[in-house]
Amino acid sequence: MGTRTSNLANWIDARFPMTKMWEEHLSKYYAPRNFNFWYFFGSLALLVLVLQIITGIFLTMHYKPDGERAFASVEYIMRDVPWGWLMRYMHSTGSSMFFIVVYLHMFRALMYGSYKRPRELIWLFGMVIYVCLMAEAFMGYLLPWGQMSYWGAQVIINLFDTVPIIGPDLSLWIRGDYVVADATLNRFFALHVAAVPLVLLGLVVMHILALHEVGSNNPDGIEIKKHKGADGIPVDGIPFHPYYTVKDLVGVGVFLIIFMAIVFYAPELGGLFLEHDNFVPANPLVTPEHIKPVWYFTPYYAILRAIPPIPLVDQFSGVFVMGAAIVVLFFLPWIDRNEVRSVRYRSTAFKLNLAMFAITFVVLAYLGMSPAEPVLVLLAQLFTALYFLFFIFLYIISKNETTKPVPDRVT
Amino acid sequence: MKKIFSILVVLVAPGAFAAGGSSEFIEHFTPDTTNKASLQRGARLFVNYCMSCHSAGYHRYIHLARDLYLSEKQVQENLIFTTDEHGVPTKPGELMVVPMTEKYAKEAFGTVPPNLSLVSRVRGASWLYSYLKGFYLDTGREPIGVNNTVFPDVGMPHVLWELQGFQIPVYKTETRNGKEIRSIERLEIAVPGEQSPEEYAVTAADLVNFLVYLGEPARLERQRLGIWIVLFLVVFTIIAHFLKREYWRDVH
Repeated sequence: MGTRTSNLANWIDARFPMTKMWEEHLSKYYAPRNFNFWYFFGSLALLVLVLQIITGIFLTMHYKPDGERAFASVEYIMRDVPWGWLMRYMHSTGSSMFFIVVYLHMFRALMYGSYKRPRELIWLFGMVIYVCLMAEAFMGYLLPWGQMSYWGAQVIINLFDTVPIIGPDLSLWIRGDYVVADATLNRFFALHVAAVPLVLLGLVVMHILALHEVGSNNPDGIEIKKHKGADGIPVDGIPFHPYYTVKDLVGVGVFLIIFMAIVFYAPELGGLFLEHDNFVPANPLVTPEHIKPVWYFTPYYAILRAIPPIPLVDQFSGVFVMGAAIVVLFFLPWIDRNEVRSVRYRSTAFKLNLAMFAITFVVLAYLGMSPAEPVLVLLAQLFTALYFLFFIFLYIISKNETTKPVPDRVT
Repeated sequence: MKKIFSILVVLVAPGAFAAGGSSEFIEHFTPDTTNKASLQRGARLFVNYCMSCHSAGYHRYIHLARDLYLSEKQVQENLIFTTDEHGVPTKPGELMVVPMTEKYAKEAFGTVPPNLSLVSRVRGASWLYSYLKGFYLDTGREPIGVNNTVFPDVGMPHVLWELQGFQIPVYKTETRNGKEIRSIERLEIAVPGEQSPEEYAVTAADLVNFLVYLGEPARLERQRLGIWIVLFLVVFTIIAHFLKREYWRDVH
């Protein structure tokens, strides 16, 4: 390094912990050397977040959050704004890809017990990120002001209507009007482009700070800090930069190939990423035949529809169970009582339970997309039960589980 | 016209069988927006037939010049037929709107003819293709006198009748649960139009190709560009892979 650059670095370091932060979080952050495929999704989630922010900024330059003009302004972006279509497709594809990446990232945590002591806070921050992400996606989906935007928002906001006592006032407060209207669109725009992204960014920083405080878990689920060399560095650890930065670059490459293939060749992805009905402008007088949320919400939507209304609280039963399906995830670090983290060294019962959970989630997603026919509702009820049974079984079996011996060093 | 009326008389209340419009009448159609000649013919059909009532109000005429390899002059002379209230022809930079007021449309058709800018993204190419081929005579439906296999009780007259002619349905009778159900089996030409069925199929295809373009003009550009983006990323990933291997040489 030239003296001039090192002088500049010294000048900054005397005033701002630049080198210190670089070392703490990258060049001297020691990560286990045995990360596998499942460890790409954290950095990919960060990549998608950045893509969403950048493309989102360009979209706000031309979008009009106005009930009369919103739909046309999206078409203006698609037709008249140079590269507007690319920004829009990257943003719409990005939202779905964000959930794919986050779901895989969360499943990784389930497989390798990454939520366990001492990483409970990382999991909790992550769960809050997930909930914020759902709010962000839901509010963003209203903005194109198509039929699905409008009626999807109508249905979801009406869920708050079912809350006992305060429900009607609560939903009115959220909407800002008696039906989803211009006021709703305007506030959702404000929340989608400013409030929630700010919270998300803060949470992501906390998520990463908490991770770097305790160190990363790994596919063997053992602590690399137990074995340190004479230099105080974990013997199974390698500096995140350059080892994992170059490795993640490969992951980024593969991910972007898939991402761009969708953006350029199948931006609607057969109606999954962009729903056909959403190319019809919002019309409060015409209810679409089949209202369904975008795929990433459908597991919960299936649970919502599976629960019949009960006396006294009426429809709130479904809303409550759907909420519980998300809330229960927060408690995972305490539901799983086993000391062994990684699925590799856990019992067959655990493995089957986890596999069943993954299948249940996918089936519920499928059922949530399908029309509510009696047979499918029955199936949704079965799989809703299975969803919650995962946690109950986990609590029971994890107490006295026959686990395999855990290796001392990473394999 | 005499012929048409004679057929109308022959048909006995087929309106009763108009329900359905199920997917069985949807003929698969793969749009081809790379065929410039087809898109140009489709554009001409669109402005001549569809735009009497339907707008394409999110799109500008000028984009037709850019995307369909036409000059601005060609677009102005061949595709723009509207004027403002002073008789000045619509400029190519303007949106493809129709002068028909909503009030008039409601009086004439009972509904406002939808903006067709995005119809291909809502309905899909196969549906549109089948719709254009699916009109048949139906005396029960005054004043338009036609119905459609994929859009039962449609409010639109058979605008392309000059080209296709008029079709009549051929019915079949099935017995289901002891009940006789009469339904449309197929359509056949009763009054030939200017075009043979084969020629009309091309006309329908041209129009659908254009509508698919109109639904998403960026489609042309993204399909052309995408391959280069993906190829670049493949090269990038390969280089990244070797870079990773080089760095990881000393990790055991």
